[in-house]
Amino acid sequence: MARVTASVYTSHVPAIGAALDHGQTEEPYWRPLFEGYEPSRRWFAEHVPDVVLLVYNDHATAFGSDLTPTFALGTGAQFQPADEGWGPRPVPEVLGHPELASHIAQSVIQDDFDLTLVNKLPVDHGLTVPLSLLCGQPAAWPCRVIPFAVNVVLYPIPSGRRCFALGQAIRRAVESYDEPLDVQIWGTGGMSHQLQGPRAGLINRAWDQRFLDRLIAEPERLAETPHLEYVREAGSEGIELVMWLIARGAMGDTAGGPPPRVVRRFYHVPASNTAVGHLILENGAS
Amino acid sequence: MPLAKPYLDIPGTTIFDTDQARRGYWLNQFCSSLMKAENRARFKLDERAYLDEWPMTEEQKQAVLARDLNRAIATGGNIYFLARLGATDGKSFQRMAASMTGLSEEEYRSMMIKGGRSVEGNRVVGEDGDAQAHRQPQGHGKPGWEH
Repeated sequence: MARVTASVYTSHVPAIGAALDHGQTEEPYWRPLFEGYEPSRRWFAEHVPDVVLLVYNDHATAFGSDLTPTFALGTGAQFQPADEGWGPRPVPEVLGHPELASHIAQSVIQDDFDLTLVNKLPVDHGLTVPLSLLCGQPAAWPCRVIPFAVNVVLYPIPSGRRCFALGQAIRRAVESYDEPLDVQIWGTGGMSHQLQGPRAGLINRAWDQRFLDRLIAEPERLAETPHLEYVREAGSEGIELVMWLIARGAMGDTAGGPPPRVVRRFYHVPASNTAVGHLILENGAS
Repeated sequence: MPLAKPYLDIPGTTIFDTDQARRGYWLNQFCSSLMKAENRARFKLDERAYLDEWPMTEEQKQAVLARDLNRAIATGGNIYFLARLGATDGKSFQRMAASMTGLSEEEYRSMMIKGGRSVEGNRVVGEDGDAQAHRQPQGHGKPGWEH
């Protein structure tokens, strides 16, 4: 039987990818950020799973004005890094896990979540920057990755409550898969940031810290937070944080298991326009 | 009955909802076309001619030519689509964000290094924070960027 062993939460700022790709990680501006992820890279190297289900949002790259799925699951065998206008990032192609993805699709859709299934999906910085942060710059990514894209660009977007319940459904799906796979689920995006208008550059450190506290301790209550609070307090793009609730909903304690262990917590301002937040939670033994 | 839009009272912020997406459809489609290198080259060669291939409003075209992202957003553009325009010009997301605040690139970068813009006074229209309409522009920047 497959198991969700851990969840990882991280911002996916494009400038972080650019700093890595251009060899700027030792510059004074970037060094504190990359140092903050060093313990996480060591943890990941010792806990490489078979599959990462990576929850992220597409930034008008694969999806756009033609098509906007609320929840899209990548069922393909491979996914190419996208050209977002600067040319594709020089990172490896992403190998999917079509068998597990198909199983998740069947289980989660029958559990009343209407996923869109995608085979051709160029993946943008939302997916590749978290992989770079945890894996560094390998010639090939060290595990399979199932992309799970959430619409947080075009309103209306899914509620926190819906995202949390979806995570619970994904956990049930994984745990009903026969092969004994080690699966991690990553929630990405955030933390506070706003990229548009005269209010661009907004950061709300106190709100972010409280979000991290509550994500660990009382995620189901946190999931009740209305969209408006994210936007008002954490900026228009801070709304990406609803995606962290999908990963959190997939942890065992949301189904009666023991509370997760906090392996890593890190917070840094700024990366370009954004507050960077990061958590690693390991499932307790059940 | 019109649907509730509780997000209209946040200063300096435009939520990209389905009404905005409808207004901005062709503007955003034009931006998406810039994800292809050959389209970026054609646009750079003759911006006006390339824009005239799209059924955008004249106001949207002028906003693009001026790289005035606030005007583009007001006419239905969304920042993730508009980012293709900055990318085509080789500009970072931070440069694009700064261009909407009235801060120069250096002023904006300095604000971010000091911890970013405070939410105090910037939660609701009518307060006195730096993102409020009566406090624009915020610094010595101009809309757009060199291109």
